[in-house]
Amino acid sequence: MPGENNTCLSGRGLTKVFGFGRRKTVAVDHVDFDFREGEVVSIVGESGSGKTTLAKMILGLLNPTEGELYFQGKKLDLSTYGKKREYWKSIQAIFQDPFSSYNIFNKIDTVFLDCIHMRGGRHLPRAQKIEMMAEACRFVNLKFEELTNKYPFELSGGQMQRLMIARIFLLKPKILVADEPTSMIDACSRATILDYLLDLRNEIGMTLIFITHDIGLAYYVSDTVYIMERGKFVESGSADEVILRPKHPYTRRLISDVPKIYEEWDLSTV
Amino acid sequence: MANVMLEVRELTTKYVTRFRENVYAVDHVSLKVEEGKTLGIAGESGCGKSTLALSLMGYYFPPLHYTSGEIIINGRNITGMNPDEIRKSILGTEIAYIPQAAMNALNPTQKVINFIEDVILAHDPTESKKNIYELARASFETLGLSADVLHKYPVELSGGMKQRTVIAVAVILRPKVLIADEPSSALDVTSQKMVIKMLKDLMANGFIKSMIFITHELPLLYNVADDIMVMYAGQIVEKGTAREVVFDPLHPYSKGLMGSILVPEEGFRNTRLTAIPGAPPNLKNPPAGCRFAERCKYVQSECKVTSVPLYEVGNGRAYRCILPEKTLREAYQHAR
Repeated sequence: MPGENNTCLSGRGLTKVFGFGRRKTVAVDHVDFDFREGEVVSIVGESGSGKTTLAKMILGLLNPTEGELYFQGKKLDLSTYGKKREYWKSIQAIFQDPFSSYNIFNKIDTVFLDCIHMRGGRHLPRAQKIEMMAEACRFVNLKFEELTNKYPFELSGGQMQRLMIARIFLLKPKILVADEPTSMIDACSRATILDYLLDLRNEIGMTLIFITHDIGLAYYVSDTVYIMERGKFVESGSADEVILRPKHPYTRRLISDVPKIYEEWDLSTV
Repeated sequence: MANVMLEVRELTTKYVTRFRENVYAVDHVSLKVEEGKTLGIAGESGCGKSTLALSLMGYYFPPLHYTSGEIIINGRNITGMNPDEIRKSILGTEIAYIPQAAMNALNPTQKVINFIEDVILAHDPTESKKNIYELARASFETLGLSADVLHKYPVELSGGMKQRTVIAVAVILRPKVLIADEPSSALDVTSQKMVIKMLKDLMANGFIKSMIFITHELPLLYNVADDIMVMYAGQIVEKGTAREVVFDPLHPYSKGLMGSILVPEEGFRNTRLTAIPGAPPNLKNPPAGCRFAERCKYVQSECKVTSVPLYEVGNGRAYRCILPEKTLREAYQHAR
């Protein structure tokens, strides 16, 4: 039975099959994992390896075809919308494209107020709510006075992604799933976003799950790395172990595909 | 001395907004690309990299306007040429451009061969379809793409394949200069490597004579480019060979960019990334002095007052900062 000491989320035989008959695609194939509390985990794979499908199942956005998820030692039951909503208080996500993550009709204030209400702050006085929102904005180096009464699309990509982190700061979830959070922003803002995410982890002690194809990013942020190929985990272990001493040929190939600075980048192996 | 394929002298172009404000996105940029060389352009978003790429073609359409400067492609000055003339005799044959996210702009109702026919017929309306097909097949095979791709619709191709097809179509008329604007930014690492290999092959097989490669991913740029030019707020802030700019940056902004590098190599795990605080200035009314002064760690009092010229250091190395080389290097050494 999964759920020993401080295991936050575990999966047993998690499978997702799209289509049926001859057109069947097994996107995630009997995957087992145990994510500990406060750990930074990366799931690395190329496009089409099933990493986003796995993330969606973890988030409860897709129902697994087979297998079970255990959250804090208990089997996860997401059969009704109410239960899902309850689950989402403990798990949140940041997606790849900040431009499509927001409802364009809602102002930034609404985005924040929703978070406060979700954590049961509906009856707080207005001044206290504003103080909470300002604190969240300060955390990601934005100014609430400049954001209030604006719409998310008035911000740049990097700012939107920071706003997303401010949201997470208000919600204080147990788990955060970050699905390629930096692939659409440029290298400079990327450093900022990653640093805020790691600060946030230290601040509220959540489990951080990175989904990425960038093995450099995975190496920088994570404690544990899972390498995913065609729906299966082919290698896992601590970041140093997997990335500096890879055993599986697929991991080796992924690492050799990343341009490096101190080593020769071998282009002949494509 | 190798042949100079593209030379740009003090090029300035501007955007004119709805409110008649001038935004100088490319400000007195000079560059030179020799035969067989790749010039890399680095900088964060909003620094004018893509506008520079557009401006280099000499083909302006509103809101982008030409202000001053000269563009010389393969010995031919194209400044002030009639747009129709440029389209017929320059674009595609002398200079080709792969815009960002070009692969998403392919017409879903046309087959790949139709794109190639479009390109060739625009330059030579008398060419027969049979010849075009033969030419396309030959080029695709040299570039390691299967000739079957010619009969497919864009939706039938994967992301990496689409990007390589776009590149193959862009170079079908063997341009002298290829401008690739973030050709691999939306792709995963494996497809990215294939695209880069293809670009290198283009050069080796003589499809193109020189290349300008734009990206914000420095490890990638370091592996592709011979020379690197760093842009900030529409200006060049540093120029030099790839090795010099990456390992021995002079301008504080280039130094800041190096702090955001992520590579899976030993030692990078325990260093904390250092981001440059703040955002680039608004170019509607750029600051009077150095444009980087607001965000610079080593800012002096005169930085905000006097504008800073690009200092030539020799061997093509140049940087835009009032501090001398030695002081900058010592400051970086100290920071480490």
